[in-house]
Amino acid sequence: MTAQELPISGDADVVRVRQAVRAAAVQAKLSLVDQTKLVTAASELARNTLTYGGGGGALVEQVDNGLRKGVKAVFRDKGPGIADVAQALTDGFTSGSGMGLGLGGARRLVDEFAIETAPGDGTTVTVVKWAR
Amino acid sequence: MERLPILKIGQMLLVSIQVDLRDDMVIALQEDLADRIVETGARGVVIDITALDIVDSFTGRMLATIAALSRVLDAETVVVGMRPAVAITLVELGLSLDGIKTALDVERGMRLLSSARGTAR
Ligand SMILES: Nc1ncnc2c1ncn2[C@@H]1O[C@H](COP(=O)(O)OP(=O)(O)OP(=O)(O)O)[C@@H](O)[C@H]1O
Ligand SMILES: [Mg+2]
Repeated sequence: MTAQELPISGDADVVRVRQAVRAAAVQAKLSLVDQTKLVTAASELARNTLTYGGGGGALVEQVDNGLRKGVKAVFRDKGPGIADVAQALTDGFTSGSGMGLGLGGARRLVDEFAIETAPGDGTTVTVVKWAR
Repeated sequence: MERLPILKIGQMLLVSIQVDLRDDMVIALQEDLADRIVETGARGVVIDITALDIVDSFTGRMLATIAALSRVLDAETVVVGMRPAVAITLVELGLSLDGIKTALDVERGMRLLSSARGTAR
């Protein structure tokens, strides 16, 4: 499967990103629980891209490290960025009306998690989940 | 916008979620349910999530809000049909559905609601 680039500019796009991640996870033969964890993490990150990043895009692709297959998803926006990443990752911290669970929860649900962000410079969150 | 149908069964309302949930549909459901509880005097709400393949923080918050608002309107909410993989993921996400009654399926959910009402009387 080639990489799939998806826009995130409305509620319907969040649904489409979830569906694309699910399809990639099935292809990479992730277990049902791992599929569910990855799709849930993707849903949180896509919503953050929309709500806080002012929209952006997601890149969904299958990856293979020679030993295992997996799915990588990258969420990008050109929004305000995150000044204090540690704070943003803390469960319960929200600058909006959420529960502050999305970012920290997404990190727990995947195998690899990275945030690249700077104030005024947008945010990119990359996650990977490997088939066991 | 597509809205989720709310069925009235006796003294209860049943919402069976059968589509991929968009956030705007979730918000509309909260409002529609509050209206229908008042309009029908329903004493219980059953939300069937059998078809939902994920519950994220947004949907989880919606379930908690519906449970809270129905309580204020003198109705009880039961969430039924959560898939095992969804339950495992919710715990790891850090979402506790404290204060939300759950049951395995619609039938058990309805029984739970009517027995709760029975002892309350
Ligand atoms: N893409 C982003 N751009 C800018 N800020 C972000 C971005 N993603 C997250 N944040 C910041 O990090 C905070 C925490 O995010 P997190 O997803 O954990 O919680 P939330 O979205 O506020 O609530 P929840 O996800 O539980 O509904 C947000 O409130 C926001 O301030
Ligand atoms: Mg969030």
